[in-house]
Amino acid sequence: MERHVKLSRISRVGTAVAVGALALTLTACGSDDPVGDAAGGDDSAATSDEATLSGSLNGAGASSQEAAMNAWRAGFQSAQPDVTVNYDPIGSGGGRTNFIEGATSFAGSDAALDDEEIVDAQARCLDGDVLELPMYISPIAVIFNLEGVDQLKLDAPTIAGIFNGDITSWDDPAIAEQNPDATLPATAVTPVNRSDESGTTENFTEYLVAAAGDAWPHEASGDWPVSGTQSAQGTSGVVQTVQGGDGTIGYADASQAGDLGTVEVKVGEEYVPYSPEAAAKVVDASENIEGRGQYDFALELARDTTESGAYPIVLVSYHLACAQYEDQAEADLVKGFLGYVASPEGQEASASAAGSAPISDALRTEVTTAIDAIGVK
Amino acid sequence: MTTTAQQDAPRVRTRRRRSSDRGVNRAFRITATGAGALILAVLAAVAIFLVIEAWPSISAGSETLAESISWFPEDANLLTFVGPLVFGTLLGSALAMLIAVPLAIGIALFISHYAPRRMAQALGYVIDLLAAIPSVVYGLWGAIVVTPVVQPVWEWLSSTLGWIPLFAGPAANPARVMLTVAVVLAVMILPIITAVSREVFLQTPRLHEEAALALGATRWEMIRTAVLPFARSGIISASMLGLGRALGETMAVLMILSPGAMYSFAVLQAGQQQTIAANIAAQYPEASGLGVSTLIATGLALFVITMAVNMAARAIVARRKDFSGAN
Repeated sequence: MERHVKLSRISRVGTAVAVGALALTLTACGSDDPVGDAAGGDDSAATSDEATLSGSLNGAGASSQEAAMNAWRAGFQSAQPDVTVNYDPIGSGGGRTNFIEGATSFAGSDAALDDEEIVDAQARCLDGDVLELPMYISPIAVIFNLEGVDQLKLDAPTIAGIFNGDITSWDDPAIAEQNPDATLPATAVTPVNRSDESGTTENFTEYLVAAAGDAWPHEASGDWPVSGTQSAQGTSGVVQTVQGGDGTIGYADASQAGDLGTVEVKVGEEYVPYSPEAAAKVVDASENIEGRGQYDFALELARDTTESGAYPIVLVSYHLACAQYEDQAEADLVKGFLGYVASPEGQEASASAAGSAPISDALRTEVTTAIDAIGVK
Repeated sequence: MTTTAQQDAPRVRTRRRRSSDRGVNRAFRITATGAGALILAVLAAVAIFLVIEAWPSISAGSETLAESISWFPEDANLLTFVGPLVFGTLLGSALAMLIAVPLAIGIALFISHYAPRRMAQALGYVIDLLAAIPSVVYGLWGAIVVTPVVQPVWEWLSSTLGWIPLFAGPAANPARVMLTVAVVLAVMILPIITAVSREVFLQTPRLHEEAALALGATRWEMIRTAVLPFARSGIISASMLGLGRALGETMAVLMILSPGAMYSFAVLQAGQQQTIAANIAAQYPEASGLGVSTLIATGLALFVITMAVNMAARAIVARRKDFSGAN
């Protein structure tokens, strides 16, 4: 008899477990929130007189723009409540490919289209102009943590020497010469780099290649070329590592620098501290790549510029779009959205959300003429 | 009449009970067998997945790999790429074991044989609690708290014992190095080794212990002659459980270590070693195509290592069966 009781108890427990498992499976089918509905029905009355667009606009590309893109999407969608903007941060390469194949209406890319891609892109744009608009400018700060030193002035060859491991002590003559006022300790220099592949690394090494000459013997690349160094995952990892040591120096998105010291970089004859205006200035000082269409603002970034007050270590990310679309609605959406991104409000939104440097008025005038030209064939 | 009725009744009842027993028994047996088979099926599925997904990378030439994967080193093939990662994984885990196993045995002995009962219970509870902390938290703790604390210690180690290749200086500042990782890993695997060892120590036959004491052994001698030999295979099993966790640990390594890809024993210098799991986590977000396949190939290597470790542990335990309580 007793055995009977035990067995039935086991079977009751079994039922309870089965019911529990079922409940778990059911709750697991929660909704996967799609990227599209961030702003929703916020009817900001101030701009509602322009709220005439509707539909959804799809883009993809650089993950560096993700934070800024979220701010732009939210801002644009609150002005145009019937519009949904989607942005898939799959990376610059994937973004360009998707755009050229016509899968998306616009793309974000850290690099301009190369000569092969521009031909394909023109075909995608119904043999019309391709727009490459440098509307996301993100300054990269050289950050350091050295006890007793708050300010540091360095020229490009010295920065290269430090990051290449040639300069090993903070009281090295190369550093001391440029900082006569600072009391430099004999602490060992510990350069910190990104351990993952990143656009920040790529732009920083591009700067070193262009500006440091022989002091930087490596090529520009998204992977750090020197081995046996301190490194960390992501911008936050680098900042945290620089903070965690004494005598450390690294590079990171300027908005994440916090209260760490930032290096004033030598440009021409003067030392330029990082500032949004100085970062925007280097874009203005750069020449457009020659032989491109009238609305193509792909830049030959002047990282070795001597322009007064320009800060040369920046990451510039483009918006790629067509001057001509097949569909009027699509053209209007692209035009409206990029117009918002270029506007002072749009640039302000990305500056506060992602710490980017707002584009200058001169550049805004240029890109606006291109955006105004968007239409149907 | 009455007699036959009395004889019939129990027979019927027995039969009914047997038939219902058979049903439940069968269901339970099938469930248990199913659970056993499921774990094998899952293991096989993982192995098959790893091989299939890794195949493009295994079959591709080294030039193709270097061309299509940006982080793949030039003039390397898959083996020379995986090699340093395997080395780093084993080095980190070995160091962690070196720290954790003696400590865990000490804690377990204290709980089982030295501590007053109430304290032993509380301590056991605290140790078990350590196992419940997620590894991301251990990683943050390691990166923010442990790293600055151990830095001066590593500095001292490298300046006094620097002639040993393991401690060759200069010690990195911040101490994002393999030895710091090993310390954090040791803390992470401590609870599981302690918990299992403690249970095994408590299983030592009371008579063995009392016999040792009766022969005039001190408590330490009793532990050495009665408890430890009895528990040896249990300690090995416990250590292997811990080693399994150390080998596969990802977040803590990712957040603490400055990675490098060298066959280097310098555990106080930055950018020397990297583990397989942390490398996968670091490179996966930006990887595509052949890159993903290569990362999965390194995962396959980790899978093989873990299997080999477990099989070795089984073999050792089986060989020392005569010491265990099974006889």
